[in-house]
Amino acid sequence: MDFNDTPLEAQFRAEVRAWLKANATERHTREDKFGAGLNEDDYLAAARTWQAKKAKAGYAAIAAPKTMGGLGGTPAMQVVYSQEEAKFLVPDCVFEVSLGTALPTVAMWGTPEQKEKYLARAFMGDHIWCQLFSEPSAGSDIGNVRTRAVRDGDDWVVTGQKVWTSGAHFADYGILLARTDWDSPKAKGLTMFIVDMKAEGVDVRPIHQASDEYHFNEVFLNDVRIPDSERLGHEGNGWKVMLSTLMQERFALGSNFSGDLYAQLIGLAQQAEWNGAPAISNATVRAGIADTYIQQFGVDLIVRRGMSAISRGESPGPEMASVKLIGARAFQTGGALAIELGGAEGLIAAQDLGAEWRLPQLLWISAPGARIAGGTDEIQKNTIAERVLGLPGEIRTDRDLPFRELER
Amino acid sequence: MNFDFSEDQRRLQEEVRRVLKDISTSAEVRTVLDGKASYSAKTWQHLADLGALGISIPEAFGGAGLGHLELCLIAEEAGRALTAVPLLSSIYLAAEAIKLGGSATQKAAWLPQLANGEVIATAVLDPRAQTLAEGRRLTIVGGKLSGTIDAVPDGMAASIAVLYVDQRLVIVDLTSADVMRIPRASLDPSRPLAKLTFDGTAAEELSGGDTAAIARRITEGAAVLLAFEQVGGAERALYAARDYALERHAFGRTIGSFQSVKHKLADMFAAIELARAHAYYGAWAMATDAPELARAASAARVAATDAYTFAAEESLHLHGGIGYTWEMDCHIHLRRARWLGQIIGTTHVWRDALAAALIEEAA
Ligand SMILES: Cc1cc2nc3c(=O)[nH]c(=O)nc-3n(C[C@H](O)[C@H](O)[C@H](O)COP(=O)(O)OP(=O)(O)OC[C@H]3O[C@@H](n4cnc5c(N)ncnc54)[C@H](O)[C@@H]3O)c2cc1C
Repeated sequence: MDFNDTPLEAQFRAEVRAWLKANATERHTREDKFGAGLNEDDYLAAARTWQAKKAKAGYAAIAAPKTMGGLGGTPAMQVVYSQEEAKFLVPDCVFEVSLGTALPTVAMWGTPEQKEKYLARAFMGDHIWCQLFSEPSAGSDIGNVRTRAVRDGDDWVVTGQKVWTSGAHFADYGILLARTDWDSPKAKGLTMFIVDMKAEGVDVRPIHQASDEYHFNEVFLNDVRIPDSERLGHEGNGWKVMLSTLMQERFALGSNFSGDLYAQLIGLAQQAEWNGAPAISNATVRAGIADTYIQQFGVDLIVRRGMSAISRGESPGPEMASVKLIGARAFQTGGALAIELGGAEGLIAAQDLGAEWRLPQLLWISAPGARIAGGTDEIQKNTIAERVLGLPGEIRTDRDLPFRELER
Repeated sequence: MNFDFSEDQRRLQEEVRRVLKDISTSAEVRTVLDGKASYSAKTWQHLADLGALGISIPEAFGGAGLGHLELCLIAEEAGRALTAVPLLSSIYLAAEAIKLGGSATQKAAWLPQLANGEVIATAVLDPRAQTLAEGRRLTIVGGKLSGTIDAVPDGMAASIAVLYVDQRLVIVDLTSADVMRIPRASLDPSRPLAKLTFDGTAAEELSGGDTAAIARRITEGAAVLLAFEQVGGAERALYAARDYALERHAFGRTIGSFQSVKHKLADMFAAIELARAHAYYGAWAMATDAPELARAASAARVAATDAYTFAAEESLHLHGGIGYTWEMDCHIHLRRARWLGQIIGTTHVWRDALAAALIEEAA
């Protein structure tokens, strides 16, 4: 057991670092942020350009096979790249769904034509992807999808509504879960499609989030025509395709939950005074810093174990469900502790209090979203209880009935 | 023993609840949340018309001459309705300080206008035990106030401030030319903050008594009153979650039929009952001027902050994706819980104060 780079990884790290130095600006403080002041269009353009640069250098999809336009490297090499890239100012929050979940799904289930058509161009930054699964009445119970796809000649005609679709407002394509058979039980009548987000009948409306940001959307689909050649996997196989996406998502999300909030807490606590003494010497503050480290670095370590499993050719198991459970909580409690450091003054929003407060405050207000997105705490716990610990599932009455007989 | 409020007090509470339900709607709170106003003038006016602002101000000074118990129940309803009004600043702190420490002239000058809501005051009387480096730097020399104090609640809406500086309780006119005020973005924008800078501003001392004891007493009273607001807010968040759990279906059943959901709601309920019990005890201690006030107020503050924070977080969570939207009020509870839980110091310092009070009693 060790954390050292293998000779190959060390060599790769040196290459990556040299390339980043030549192509991006180094980050000096944690508060430095790429593209401060850019409007959304310019930011997206910059993100696409950066993605294209990465692709030309071979870093767009390090762990994807060469046949698919990837570098054919190992997951560990992907981690090496991410670690090095984190030291530079580059755009983020644009290609995460594309690279983390949508394209791996296309890579796994797509026809040779689909892979040819989509993978390389998406790696190049030409296309941004989103994931259209959740609906108003299908979230945790994703099998309840009611968006309807009806076969019409060589096309499918799709009508319905998706919701909470991250990035749909700037996405070019999406993977879309729709119901093609209303006479089969809920999980059996689903089919996955690739949808062109600019197609006629696709109407995207941004949703104002609790965090006062606009990252997710409602997507209305009105008689959207999707050629059968854009079906992803067999008709009726949508559930399986979706599960594979969610496995990817769980894994992709994992790395979002590592971080060094504990280190930020130290810096912030050094600015604060409690009862006339430096907050950094207060036992409660110290315990909070320690706990945040245990959770956040712990998440990092769990993800590394998953990586090790992948490099042995195994797939990381349902134990990955604990990552989000621990990580999102760490955001909530660690972010809250940061805000509490200043007492009343800690209530001043970062825009007026100072840039170093931005991230902790953002973590605090985004934590509730993180506890919901990608499967809520309760769904993660059910996964652990049933799939890892072997406990029986809840008694279900809706599983085997034809979908059209289920009440709303 | 009768550890509860009277019929009359409950009727008053019902009346306030009824009015606030109609007036302090989500849309009304959002005028402040969205920065269109620094407080809800409409809600403030209705509270004044109900006699709620002056409920514990003597009749001789324009109030209703009732006690703190009534004010506690009004606070509970204000919290439940997420009211965006300067109750803490103007009533729990400033009016109480003038009532307890002011001369007859000072009371006559300010209390009637505070009671009818025409004047809004702010106040910082707690020692600000938690501060960031730039936090608090106020001094008084020869009756002139200088320096800066940050994160002052309702600092823009108020026209006067009551401050505790260098062992003195003083009133200052915030409209004076030597006061600089800048609004500070607040994590709960429906409860705004300001930074005040004084430059030799005339500061009138409150006349009387042991100022340190008065400042402490008022702060402890505010902790009790805020605990009632927190209990009201927490209960609203709990019942919003309960209602949603009954309505929302997943896996062919209401989500409220999942045991983990039931247990979570029950945990919220238990936390609120614990907070309510301590808040009532605090109300008794405040109303009777009991020596137990220090520990009663500290316990109420800690239990109520924990209850509201938990209820707000879990109520949002129980709503799933829709809970994480700006349009739903879940995030206002989350923001309000944090604001109320920190504005006179966080649970960390109040827990410490509670332990100190208990240790002292035990000795
Ligand atoms: C920030 C954010 C980004 C998102 N991005 C996307 C995206 O890009 N694409 C996409 O398709 N979706 C996305 N989602 C949607 C997300 O996957 C769903 O919100 C989530 O799965 C929960 O579904 P729901 O909102 O319908 O809540 P519900 O499923 O209605 O859940 C409501 C409550 O009931 C609880 N509950 C449900 N079932 C059970 C049970 N069996 N036992 C106990 N409790 C239960 C839940 O835990 C929750 O607390 C996003 C959500 C968020 C918040």
